[in-house]
Amino acid sequence: MNDTILSTEGLKAFYVLEVYGEQKVVKAVNEVELDIRENEIYGIAGESGCGKSTLLKALAAVIEPPLRLISGKVIYHVDDKTVDVSTLDSETLRRLRWDFISYVPQGSMSVLNPVKRLKDTYQDFIISHLEGKSREEAFTLARQHIAELGLPPQVMDSYPHQLSGGMRQRVTIALAALLEPNIIIADEPTTALDVVVQRGVVQLLRDIQQKLNNTIILVTHDMGVHANVADRIGIMYAGKMVEEASSEVIFGEPLHPYTQYLINSLPVFGDKSPRESVPGSPPSLIDLPTGCAFHPRCPYVMDICKTKTPDYITARPNHKVACWLIEEDGDGKSA
Amino acid sequence: MNLFKDLWRDNRFKISFTILCILLVYGGLSFFSPYDPTLWHEVPRDLPPSSEHLLGTESRGIDIFWEASFAVRNSFIIALIAGIISRMIAVPVAMLAGYKGGMTDRVMMFISDSFLVIPLFLILVMLTLLVRESMNLVTLGLLLAIFGWAWDARVIRSEILSLREREFTRTAILSGTGTLRMAMNEYLPFVMPLVFATLINVMSWAIGLEITLAILGLTNLDIPTLGTMIFWALSYQAALLGYWWWLLTPVILSILLFTSLYWLSSSISEYLDPRSRIQRVGA
Amino acid sequence: MEKVLNVEHLSKVYSIGSITSRVRITAVDDISFTIRPGEIFALAGESGCGKTTTAKMVLGFEKPTAGTIEHKGQVSGENDKVWLTEGVQAIFQDPFGTFNPLRTVDRYFFETVQNYNLADNKEGAIELIDQKLRSVGLTYKEFAGKYPSEFSGGQLQRISIARALLTDPTLLIADEPVSMVDASLRMSIVNLFNKLRTELGMSVLYITHDLATAYYVCDRIAIMFRGNIVEMGSVEEVLMHPKHPYTQLLRESIPEADPARRWVGRVNLNETEEEEYLRKGCKFAGRCPVAMDVCKQKPPADIAVGDVLVKCYQFAEDMVPEHA
Repeated sequence: MNDTILSTEGLKAFYVLEVYGEQKVVKAVNEVELDIRENEIYGIAGESGCGKSTLLKALAAVIEPPLRLISGKVIYHVDDKTVDVSTLDSETLRRLRWDFISYVPQGSMSVLNPVKRLKDTYQDFIISHLEGKSREEAFTLARQHIAELGLPPQVMDSYPHQLSGGMRQRVTIALAALLEPNIIIADEPTTALDVVVQRGVVQLLRDIQQKLNNTIILVTHDMGVHANVADRIGIMYAGKMVEEASSEVIFGEPLHPYTQYLINSLPVFGDKSPRESVPGSPPSLIDLPTGCAFHPRCPYVMDICKTKTPDYITARPNHKVACWLIEEDGDGKSA
Repeated sequence: MNLFKDLWRDNRFKISFTILCILLVYGGLSFFSPYDPTLWHEVPRDLPPSSEHLLGTESRGIDIFWEASFAVRNSFIIALIAGIISRMIAVPVAMLAGYKGGMTDRVMMFISDSFLVIPLFLILVMLTLLVRESMNLVTLGLLLAIFGWAWDARVIRSEILSLREREFTRTAILSGTGTLRMAMNEYLPFVMPLVFATLINVMSWAIGLEITLAILGLTNLDIPTLGTMIFWALSYQAALLGYWWWLLTPVILSILLFTSLYWLSSSISEYLDPRSRIQRVGA
Repeated sequence: MEKVLNVEHLSKVYSIGSITSRVRITAVDDISFTIRPGEIFALAGESGCGKTTTAKMVLGFEKPTAGTIEHKGQVSGENDKVWLTEGVQAIFQDPFGTFNPLRTVDRYFFETVQNYNLADNKEGAIELIDQKLRSVGLTYKEFAGKYPSEFSGGQLQRISIARALLTDPTLLIADEPVSMVDASLRMSIVNLFNKLRTELGMSVLYITHDLATAYYVCDRIAIMFRGNIVEMGSVEEVLMHPKHPYTQLLRESIPEADPARRWVGRVNLNETEEEEYLRKGCKFAGRCPVAMDVCKQKPPADIAVGDVLVKCYQFAEDMVPEHA
């Protein structure tokens, strides 16, 4: 149990843009260390523009210009072997995709072909990925799959635009789960959906995870969704991971001042006491503050924060944090 | 200017812009012409190109090089009048129809549709016959302008319709902005590229139509334009008699003018697509 | 009692589809509510419930099919110009769409000042603008001459509020003001409403799908579903003790930021919006766990339960004769 299935080492992925002949570097993913385990739902949270979607692209190995892998590694643990993704040729990657890892990008429209009925999309998908299936078999398989996940079978006869946003999102996630991949990566799957529909999407993700016993990596800025579905949560700020722990610990005893703000700014039913937003605005990834990127907004800022970037340390068992206020777990203090 | 620098990277723009500049300079040369192009028998007749008469002379005793420079200039003037006047009709109509909506929109679009469905060419032939006596560059330009705005008004209106639904329209209304200012401040920056691209299109359409009308002898044939030059060359059987320089000069000039205007319009409209423009402002 | 906004029997019907198969959708179906001075009132519901259409009608961007909207004795539609200058201003959902991306943001401020004659000269205008910007935590200096893309979403939303404040409105209509702002910055907007209410006595019509912020900042709330207000009352009553089965479902479906209180039970999502809109009886009957026969035949009336109005037959039996 708790074997690593996907990890990164010092991952750096930047957007390198040319604007009027001037080079701009967006440091979207800046030395990220991740260790994601089998059979867990891992949530990545952070403000918009903190690099979380870019991190997902790097994890799913869909890096396309202007995004560039600067240094570091993304490692898949496929059948007890470790593979450095950047060394794979495109054919191997193609086989791993959907089968080992599937990626649901933000805005589900881009995955579904708008001029095809869903059953055709499903059939094509099955035929191109599972060898030796006839169209009939593919259709039966698709229907069965849809029914198992509790989606109404009549959606198969619809075009993507005929479905509501929530249904489309669920159909896309179902498609991503079709080949029973070990990892499903979902980017903001609940954003812009109504709460009841959102609940349906989360329900679906949980169902899939329970059925397949696989790993789901979920990015959303909605801490409520994280609390509801994630086993562990990583908090991202300005391209770096700043804290990681189990959901209970992140919500119960967050250590990083940013996480504390993030949790405390959430309104709670039955409590009308004043709540504050994180002060200031998120920094631009083109022009990051020196030292700890959070220092201009941090209420506990010290001199060292302005000059040196804190290391990402294991502060408590299973609890990592990058903040000068927190010291490394030397004597095994209880969390 | 960044805009120009960026456009210059596009080869189509580079070529078409250069050709147009050369043609403009050539048209401008007409101001220094040693001959009056309306006077016949100023030079010997039917001479092939030589160092004295660069493009030869024609059967009426006119130097083709200098006549063609007048023709280019006049065709440009007709096209500009047609283009600018038709924009002056199309833009207000489109803005009013698109922004006001409802009855105004329906009336405006009924009028523009009427202009679109009438057999334009026949009407033009009839009108030119009627006013042929008083026909000059300006009247011809105006006549073409009257028939050149309807389609573009539709195109611009649909852009306005979508702009009207954007939230900033509501912000402007809540800021107390009236219709005219809304159109000028909020919408014009968005439709400017469209206005510009359609301007070039209408200009090449006007040049083409002028040539057609002239070949049919329906315009004032005393004024040298690309069209009337072709008309005279044809009526003196230039092709049959082997005076190729006479016929080829206006034909090649027309082709150059058409292609360069077309490329210019397509490269500019591609570049000025508001979506890519916003990205640049945002960059 | 004095009312800043009084909406009575407001309806909006849209006809959709082609000529042969026309469907009439009642986007807003006979709703009534009032907003009192210094009150923050939430109109909450999911997308397609009619809340934004209601906001548009209140602002005069859409004409009601029936009903009246009254603000300080002025009835909407009678004099459009006065209706807005009299002190109803609005902010919108998409902070990046609120301002024209090709113009600088300060232009809207100067235009507002000029169009409503709020200052005599440029210095006066700048002073006024600076003052309003300061009340939302910004300054004129850091905003002059900048394009919308140079601000963050949270900043733009605050700028948008500052622009609305220029005319000293008595009612601010906020249409989903935080749904496109980061959760970490939402409170900075929502807290502003509270500040405006306490400092300026302004009323706010807060249109949202986010019940948690509505609970946090509002006094009263109306829950809309498919054009109807199904439950209306104080946030404390409606959100802490929801009575209508739809309010209960909505309330339950909000993910709470507490891993110990995860969702239990499942939701049924397999009805379409159109089916629900065209339903004859209670629009929620198709999904309602306690639906009775009567629910599917005739729409329920508003029934007062304590201080709360509920549109549900569950409360009808002996209450109807007394209150209706």
